[in-house]
Amino acid sequence: MAEQLKNILLDGAWRQNTGLVVLLGLCPLLAVTNTLINGLALGLATMLTLMVSNLSVSALRGLLRPEIRIPAFVLIIASVVTVIELLMHAYFYDLFRALGIFIPLIVTNCAIIGRAEAFASRHGPLPSLMDGFATGLGFCITLVLLGALRELTGQGTLLAGAEMLLGDWGNYLTLTIIPEHPGFLLAMLPPGAFFGLALLIAARNALQADKAGKPAQAVSNLSAENLVGNSHET
Amino acid sequence: MNNSTHPVLRSGLLLGLIALLGTALLAGVNELTHERIAEQEKRRILQQLNAILPVASYNNNLLEDVIEITDEASFHHPAPVTVYRARKDDQPVAVLMAVTAPDGYNGAIRLLAGFDHSGSVLGVRVVAHRETPGLGDPIEVEKSDWILSFMNKSLLDPQAEGWAVKRDGGQFDQFTGATISPRAVVKAVHNALVYFDANRQSLFDTSATNPERDNG
Repeated sequence: MAEQLKNILLDGAWRQNTGLVVLLGLCPLLAVTNTLINGLALGLATMLTLMVSNLSVSALRGLLRPEIRIPAFVLIIASVVTVIELLMHAYFYDLFRALGIFIPLIVTNCAIIGRAEAFASRHGPLPSLMDGFATGLGFCITLVLLGALRELTGQGTLLAGAEMLLGDWGNYLTLTIIPEHPGFLLAMLPPGAFFGLALLIAARNALQADKAGKPAQAVSNLSAENLVGNSHET
Repeated sequence: MNNSTHPVLRSGLLLGLIALLGTALLAGVNELTHERIAEQEKRRILQQLNAILPVASYNNNLLEDVIEITDEASFHHPAPVTVYRARKDDQPVAVLMAVTAPDGYNGAIRLLAGFDHSGSVLGVRVVAHRETPGLGDPIEVEKSDWILSFMNKSLLDPQAEGWAVKRDGGQFDQFTGATISPRAVVKAVHNALVYFDANRQSLFDTSATNPERDNG
């Protein structure tokens, strides 16, 4: 059991990383990552959604007939996301405003319904919860890395806006890494997100190739089928 | 589960049950949060108002003492303009008008402009905009001091032709690479000020409409 959970964690966070390998959920990934904090906040919200939806789907999996499976997933995911949206609106108001439409749009992140279908509907609650956590963690790490990269190159700071997530003391966390940074517009605009993501994917592939001692496998070889078919059983 | 039940019926009922549970959950969370959400919205509006108008200068309830005006000819925009009236001991002090500049580079720019009772500008802030980051966004007070240049201006200082960006022969700076955003802001503030000057009395005298507004 412990071995299986460890495998699930590694798969979700690294081997099948949603943002860098499977390339799902790219719209929020590219849109909100202009600062580290925005990335972190959306990453955490997505992770929470994945965990709750995976857990609910797994608990209901014995009852769900194949023909109503997808509508049921959609209902569950939409409810979870709306609850998170309401809570953020009430308790993290500034962050809610900064992320705007991308909180409700978590519903459309295909990574979530993908995990419900490919994993949670076939496994028990504990592995499903772990899978939600791992996939969310992988996505969150990607968002944070891309956010940090773009914030640093774009405006020379890190953790700007931390007070939105942490309250007033977050003001002291903002690090000015490059003082008097003139502002690098390309990094802040959407094209910068694509360049940044490409760099991260390349870096991951290089790391992977180093480990394996052979050329990196092209990302495009990993299709959606691969995602659905990857077996956590072994 | 009873196998004799028609499978379609069973699936339908199950789906309905999930929908019901989801709705119940949402209703519960909404009940728990809606007061706090309304409070947060109010706090944000008040924060924006107080950035222009110091708290000490008025003692009425700014968020309640509100009227809405629809006057497309004056504001060049069909949306109603919200006017917050500030009074001290029932004497008019200032108004804050939520106006929209329709002609930003990338759509409308929403502004909050404060004018004191004598007709000079207390301050202007950008509430929402979609101008190009790095080019048009110095209209935000967080990005540059430009928006503060409206302070203490009035219809006499400068005269009407001075209410324009320098490229158009006016008094207000434009930004490197961006004339359209500041031009839109200057025009909208000027329109609002002209309206305020012409309707000063009625703006303060009309009784509050206290509209049920659900967002800022």
